[in-house]
Amino acid sequence: MSSNSRSLKYSRAINEAFVQLMTADPSVFIIGQGVKSPWYVGQTCAGLIDQFGETRVIDTPVSENAMTGAAVGAAIAGMKAVSVHPRMDFALYGLDPVINEAANWHYMFGGAASVPVVVWGIINRKGEQGAQHSQALHAMFAQIPGLKVVAPATPYDAKGLMVAAINDPNPVIFVDDRWLYDFEDDVPEELYESEIGKAQVLKQGTDLTIVTSSYLTQESLKAAAILADSGVDVEVLDLRTIKPLDVPAILASVRSTGRLLAIDGGWRSFGVAAEIVAVVSEEAFEVLKSPVRRLTLPDLPAPASRSLEDPYYITSESIVEVVKSMLNVN
Amino acid sequence: MSDVRKIKYPQSTSYPKEFHWSLLETMVLIRRCEESFIDPILDRRIQCPVHLYSGEEAIAAGVCACLTPEDTVFGNHRSHGHYLAKGGDLYGLIAEVYCKEDGCSRGRGGSMHLISKENGFLGAVPIVGGTIALALGAALAHQIRDNNAVAVAFFGDGAAGEGVLYEVMNFAGIHDIPLILVCENNLYSTHMPIREIRCRDTLFDTAIPFDVRTIREEGNNVLKVYEATRTAVAHCREKKGPVFLEFSTYRQRGHVGPNDNIQGSQTDIRPPEEIREWLTRDPIANYKKFLITEEIFRTEEIDEMDAMIIDRVKQAHKKAEQANRPAPEDLPKYVFK
Ligand SMILES: Cc1ncc(C[n+]2csc(CCOP(=O)(O)OP(=O)(O)O)c2C)c(N)n1
Ligand SMILES: [Mg+2]
Repeated sequence: MSSNSRSLKYSRAINEAFVQLMTADPSVFIIGQGVKSPWYVGQTCAGLIDQFGETRVIDTPVSENAMTGAAVGAAIAGMKAVSVHPRMDFALYGLDPVINEAANWHYMFGGAASVPVVVWGIINRKGEQGAQHSQALHAMFAQIPGLKVVAPATPYDAKGLMVAAINDPNPVIFVDDRWLYDFEDDVPEELYESEIGKAQVLKQGTDLTIVTSSYLTQESLKAAAILADSGVDVEVLDLRTIKPLDVPAILASVRSTGRLLAIDGGWRSFGVAAEIVAVVSEEAFEVLKSPVRRLTLPDLPAPASRSLEDPYYITSESIVEVVKSMLNVN
Repeated sequence: MSDVRKIKYPQSTSYPKEFHWSLLETMVLIRRCEESFIDPILDRRIQCPVHLYSGEEAIAAGVCACLTPEDTVFGNHRSHGHYLAKGGDLYGLIAEVYCKEDGCSRGRGGSMHLISKENGFLGAVPIVGGTIALALGAALAHQIRDNNAVAVAFFGDGAAGEGVLYEVMNFAGIHDIPLILVCENNLYSTHMPIREIRCRDTLFDTAIPFDVRTIREEGNNVLKVYEATRTAVAHCREKKGPVFLEFSTYRQRGHVGPNDNIQGSQTDIRPPEEIREWLTRDPIANYKKFLITEEIFRTEEIDEMDAMIIDRVKQAHKKAEQANRPAPEDLPKYVFK
């Protein structure tokens, strides 16, 4: 892809997006509780304050409503603002400026102004943290007209989609996952964008299509490797963007395999997997060789105890199991 | 106890012995309980995030000593002490921290989600500021029922960054709602010292514009905490409206876990000399010294109490470690009543 690429951790790839974009564009700034602390944001914001100063990298009081609103307002006033929430759960205090204001702004003023804000929410779960420190809320945002939602699965896209999100003239919800932060892969050195709204086949296959995103893309790739040993050849389509959904890419893949398993790290009902399944049912029903399936979190809050976390979360093993049952393989 | 700086306690003789005893007992119970979590955290028998209350015991003990079982309390992420002081069962707490089925939240919540409904401890949760409005609602319920009870919200200096606090004070002030807002000002909000997140390092003054009565007190002085809260509770019961209590204090442990040592790197940004200085203001060591110097209790009596509490805590751990985790097939339980 690029002349100069090297292996970089997912969190470092996000960091590089900030460094390069903030150097190139003085209108970019980051605001949110925890940017100073690796405990909150890992290595994503390492060194940014030293390089760009505390006027452009702003750690804040615990005031999510006002701080998210400030990011939205600064974007309205011409800045490219990144509002960070070290856990997506904390962003809930800041929903009003995102959903009522940013999402509707361009429409309700007839296109007179847009809001180039990025609301960045980190999913951080397990570790017996329980219901308020585990939630994956991307589907809720994806429901809102006027918001784009991206969820990178690879270091390449962590950087490319952060850059694209910041450069996009519209509000973009950037959802990443603490479990991906140490995942390492090739990342080009130069500044580049991953196009918003474009999915990508990360593994080609013939038997079944897995459509997924974020951390579960990596788990699906692991599952695909395990399944290959049993002679099962699955295709893994990484959404990269949750909204707008890359419908043509989903349909193309399902048309080639005839089977769909939609996997999502959010809850089952009214979720991303449900949307994927709906789109396929509407547009490609005739190619389906077997009923579509969803693999999601159950419709339950996150439990604390390990004994409940284990059956609650999706792993490569649970993916393997579902794929095998769909294909009647043992 | 040599390193104790004398905290000045008010009106030494005006309280019955049993009163001092029960305050001390509550504080010692909290401290012994908190410190008992350290080894199991370090060897990962306990894995849920645990925010220890060591050093802040006088606030929970002093405040809850003014409350009846009808009075209601809400907590935050650092609420083991609030739960115990309000009468919550020791074993229910310890089992919950181990995320066992016997826990007060049946292992669904862990350390950050505590409840003891029968004692009026209506819930502690980790969304910062999340229970302040809930306590307003409980106080409103008391007002509507006219049952003479008060509601209390415990929260930190960091939580005072959330706008909801000011909305709550405004409404409670307008309607004279029997709400006591207890702000535990330990000078830090995770990695942020108070002067980086507030223009001033005091909180009590934020209540003034709302006509909410406000008192600032030394939070490590259990008798002063008690007296400030007694005033606040009387004010509420006389239907004169809400009270804001700011108690200055300091946590002796990390923000989360024993020492903020995260994967080998030390993230406690507090100056060592500041930590040392605050250790001399230990709420328990100072109170013990006072009780002994004033000849209210003998050292041996206090040591005996301490030993009994240590044993209680040990027994609770033993039982909790042996208790079952929630059964995986019970995963779907408790979403709805
Ligand atoms: C809404 C929300 N934002 C951020 C956090 C992360 N967080 C957990 S504890 C804490 C600091 C709270 O400080 P304070 O209220 O002073 O309580 P202390 O820990 O000092 O007792 C923060 C910011 C959170 N839990 N909830
Ligand atoms: Mg604090």
